[in-house]
Amino acid sequence: MSEVILETKELTYRYGVGTPLEQVAVDNVNISIRRGEFLGVIGHTGSGKSTLIQQLNGLMRPTSGQVLLNGNDIWAEPKKIRAVRFQIGLVFQYPEYQLFEETVFRDICFGPRNMGLSEEEIKERALGAAEFVGLKTELLEKSPFELSGGEKRRAAIAGVVAMDPEVLILDEPAAGLDPQGRDQLLDQIRSYHQQRGNTVLLVSHSMEDIARVADRALVMNRGKAAMLDTVQQVFSRRSELENMGLRVPQITKIMSLLRAKGYPVNEGALTVDEALRDLLPLLRERGCVR
Amino acid sequence: MIRDITLGQYFPGKSLVHRMDARVKIVLTFVFIIFIFIANNLPAMLLMVGMVLSAMLLSGISVRQYLKSLKAVIIVVALTSVLNLFYGSGDILVQWGFLTIRTGGVINCIFIAVRIISLILFSSVLTFTTSPTDLTDALERIMKPLKIFHVKVHEIAMMMTIALRFVPTLLEETDKIMSAQKARGADMESGGAIQRAKALIPILIPLFVSSFRRAYELAMAMECRCYRGGEGRTKMKSLHMTTLDGWAIAVSSAACVGVALCVMLLPSLF
Repeated sequence: MSEVILETKELTYRYGVGTPLEQVAVDNVNISIRRGEFLGVIGHTGSGKSTLIQQLNGLMRPTSGQVLLNGNDIWAEPKKIRAVRFQIGLVFQYPEYQLFEETVFRDICFGPRNMGLSEEEIKERALGAAEFVGLKTELLEKSPFELSGGEKRRAAIAGVVAMDPEVLILDEPAAGLDPQGRDQLLDQIRSYHQQRGNTVLLVSHSMEDIARVADRALVMNRGKAAMLDTVQQVFSRRSELENMGLRVPQITKIMSLLRAKGYPVNEGALTVDEALRDLLPLLRERGCVR
Repeated sequence: MIRDITLGQYFPGKSLVHRMDARVKIVLTFVFIIFIFIANNLPAMLLMVGMVLSAMLLSGISVRQYLKSLKAVIIVVALTSVLNLFYGSGDILVQWGFLTIRTGGVINCIFIAVRIISLILFSSVLTFTTSPTDLTDALERIMKPLKIFHVKVHEIAMMMTIALRFVPTLLEETDKIMSAQKARGADMESGGAIQRAKALIPILIPLFVSSFRRAYELAMAMECRCYRGGEGRTKMKSLHMTTLDGWAIAVSSAACVGVALCVMLLPSLF
């Protein structure tokens, strides 16, 4: 578990270098991401999350500092940067706007085809990816523009999953979906992580989502990596998070308020289920619940 | 990268030129451009060049920005002036095979370069100091008399406003789609012309789709606000002429009269 797959060294990115609008988007970030972990990335809008993840897969070249994949600088040979993008798959926010092919199936094949795989392998991977994201087979021969919003989203995610990247980065994959679609998609991402054992980075504004699926969390604040720790540890620092314009999951806040009032509950509860385990005996004791 | 492209860039400011009425600016620019081509001797041309330089100075925008706008047309200027070098009468200066350069040609060459450069600079002063909305507003007002010929003036102005408004949006969108396809291994840098053209398909199709989507959304939003064309429509910011515009018109007219006098009284160089 502790082997490092992706690492940044003094990573800095400035926009508009040499103009009066120069701005530091990512400021001296040093993080290491472990092989096979599920890392949540949280941060206020404009905290540098998007710039950071685009540097991790080589879409943006750092102003200074390094990104190391398996210990090697990804920009050591700029001509081979495409190969890095196959190993670190990035799903952008609202990825459905990148669909372009005649059929969903062909669109999912776009990534694997760019990798130069054999037709058989391409097909196998595309079908596998479609299954992972829960796309029904009869949808695969349809035009991507005929699908519903949620199905389009799944198709676009499948397009990246089909490249079988060692690290999968998802930027707000559930944004704009209905609550049910949101839960389903997160469950699928979690089972993808469990079955393939690949590293997954999930950028989200929803603390509940991060608490539910991630092992560790990275908190970005004003371009700096403010915290990188287990989800429990990160969410136990409520006041610090609130100072950054973030919050802890609602249930965690309720539990910590209850504890402050003197109730014997566990402060570290991150999900409603965990909280119930604490609360039910308490309520029974008082005779509120049978 | 792609965001560096600028079209008719506007630099907000509070200079004398900025504060002028957009209609006056458009008309004066138009008149000046005509007079640049009327000016056919040295004093007249110097007067026009003086007008360009003072307009640039009064706009309070750095010379570097003006030079940038010239960079795009430098090839056109060079090409036309070199071609003009070989036309014209007068004494032979250089004879090289079938090419002869005469004194008239040299004058032609210099004049055409000065004319094109002043033309670009005048229009740059206009676009640098006038916001796109003001510009289209003023154009709509100026073209209003064309209505008697059933020209849809308001619709044309509205289309221009919308087009200008969406240029940066579409550039940003293109950037996003390009990044997304690159993340899936799209290769846009290598290969021959055909391969590169093919590589554009994954970018153009999503771009078209989203443009149509945006068009529908915009149409819907406009309908929701009861937009129904220009009939009886009032402006939130109406254009006003001030004494400043009066002065600008007076000075410019004086300059134009000067040019006209020079042209009529002094011998032409051609």
